Amino acid sequence: MPLLEAVGISKVFGKLTALDNAALTVDEKEFHGLIGPNGSGKSTLMKCLAGAEVPTQGKVSFANTDITTFTPTERARAGMSLKFQITSVLPTLTLYDNILLALQAQSSLLDLVFSRTRGRQHEQVMTMLAQFRLVDRAFDAAAALSHGQQQWLEIAMALAGRPRLLLLDEPTGGMSLEERRVTGELLQPIKQHCSLIIVEHDLDFIRDICDRLTVLDQGRILASGTVAQIQANAHVQEIYLRRA
Amino acid sequence: MSQLSSTRTGTRAAPSVIEASRTPTIGAPVSAEPGRVLPIIEMAVLIIAAVAPLTLQNYMTVYATRVLILCLFALSFDLVWGYAGILSLGQSLFFGMAGYGVALLSRDFHIASLFAVVPLGALIGLVAALLLAGFLLLGRHTSSVVFVSLGSMTGAYAADRLARGSYYLGGQNGIPSIQSMSIGSYTLNEGPGFYYLALIILIVVYLLSRFLLRSQFGLALAGLRENEQRIAFFGYKVQHLKAIIFAIGGAIAGIAGSLYAFHEGFVWTTILGVVMSTQVVLYVLFGGSGTLIGAVIGTAIVEGLSFWLSDNYRDIWPIILGLLLLLVILFRPLGLISLVLGERERVGTFRPSPKEIRDAAS
Repeated sequence: MPLLEAVGISKVFGKLTALDNAALTVDEKEFHGLIGPNGSGKSTLMKCLAGAEVPTQGKVSFANTDITTFTPTERARAGMSLKFQITSVLPTLTLYDNILLALQAQSSLLDLVFSRTRGRQHEQVMTMLAQFRLVDRAFDAAAALSHGQQQWLEIAMALAGRPRLLLLDEPTGGMSLEERRVTGELLQPIKQHCSLIIVEHDLDFIRDICDRLTVLDQGRILASGTVAQIQANAHVQEIYLRRA
Repeated sequence: MSQLSSTRTGTRAAPSVIEASRTPTIGAPVSAEPGRVLPIIEMAVLIIAAVAPLTLQNYMTVYATRVLILCLFALSFDLVWGYAGILSLGQSLFFGMAGYGVALLSRDFHIASLFAVVPLGALIGLVAALLLAGFLLLGRHTSSVVFVSLGSMTGAYAADRLARGSYYLGGQNGIPSIQSMSIGSYTLNEGPGFYYLALIILIVVYLLSRFLLRSQFGLALAGLRENEQRIAFFGYKVQHLKAIIFAIGGAIAGIAGSLYAFHEGFVWTTILGVVMSTQVVLYVLFGGSGTLIGAVIGTAIVEGLSFWLSDNYRDIWPIILGLLLLLVILFRPLGLISLVLGERERVGTFRPSPKEIRDAAS
């Protein structure tokens, strides 16, 4: 039984069909890449999975539950986590507080009011910061970080609640080559407990970390398979060559 | 391009004055570690407030009591707007409804005990805020700032009009000659007695608010204020958080309204309406939203200035006051407090104390 199964997803904005009968399955602990030219519907598909958009048609199941109409909050509570395309760390809060904010999201109201969980969450916060190489800056405001570091902080925040599935929309956007390489390294260890769906323009990056790829073009699924299968697919090559 | 990014950039592209008050100004002092400015300001304000009646003439003490009650009212708006980012332009609804409620308690049931009046005021404010939150905040999808602000303002306006037309509520004239408040057998009249009562209640509410805002709940509110959508994706039930802080704000406004009614000795429709709501917005923006002491200082200065200006510039004082408010909001969007208080200390940190970490480990 796959962890996530989306079938027959269509999304229509007025006259524009952003997604047309798209499908996607992701297994436990699988890293799955979504690729395709600009405007192919990758981000829309991500939003339909995360609950930021409701698909016009289709069904999304996660961990054997139909979550098609779940709100983002309900999806997060079911174990799904999203990192936005645009970095949206909370700039005036410290890095520490950013992570704590993500960690305590499911604490009860009384625990929050009487601050009963932060003592035992301290170690987790510091571990997350260390894992993402941000521990030296723990008590700086997030606004003071470089763009790449903000992206890492955000991935750390998205992972803080130990999700079963992480959705990353262009995590390496605006990063230097070195930062991209480090991002790949930072993502490897999460495979032990988490699946990943990643949208990315950098094909080298995505080839290195993903188990399987799905290629979208003009809102349709063009191909889906292992990295090797996709690389050998003549149709996919044509699309990329045509647009290149 | 995307719905997510367009809503975010949308708010950035068109910042209003109110929006700007939440954005840190460039060049504001930012220190790595939170400073120690806030406790000093708080202590200074407390000392001034504690000794004021000893130096003031009686009629000034009466005026100062009114200011303290308005400070309480300002705290309620600051909690809701400055901390949680909910622009309630109808905060007077809770203030006025509680005022009317306790006035009726006095008129129809001859009850004037502090221990009945203040809890009833809080309850009225709380329930009214919860009901309004049900309309404005508790939809399945998050409601926009404009919807909430106009909705709450409409509530205040409607309440004002309804009270004007109600015979039971005294119509235009309101409810006059409320009896004096009592504590046991002691009757509390205007002057130092009422002043210190208002001060004690203000201090208690202030400390409780500070406790709440420095807790992990306060961190959740900070997230709500900075990026509501983001924290919904963490799994926060943002609508619930908003309704809770809105209700707490309503309760505090209710306490203020009940004290105001007994202090003034009568209630009239203005305390329900838009004028009163706007006034509290000005207090908080002037002093500095997002700091509790800023709300208190703002109220005291605006009220003090109006008192002094109206005495000395009888004809044009509202214009002078208006210009001053405008200047502060233009050049100090974070309020007067930002002259001495850095951004880092204002936002503060929510990390656990060493003791909390030790306790959790054992």
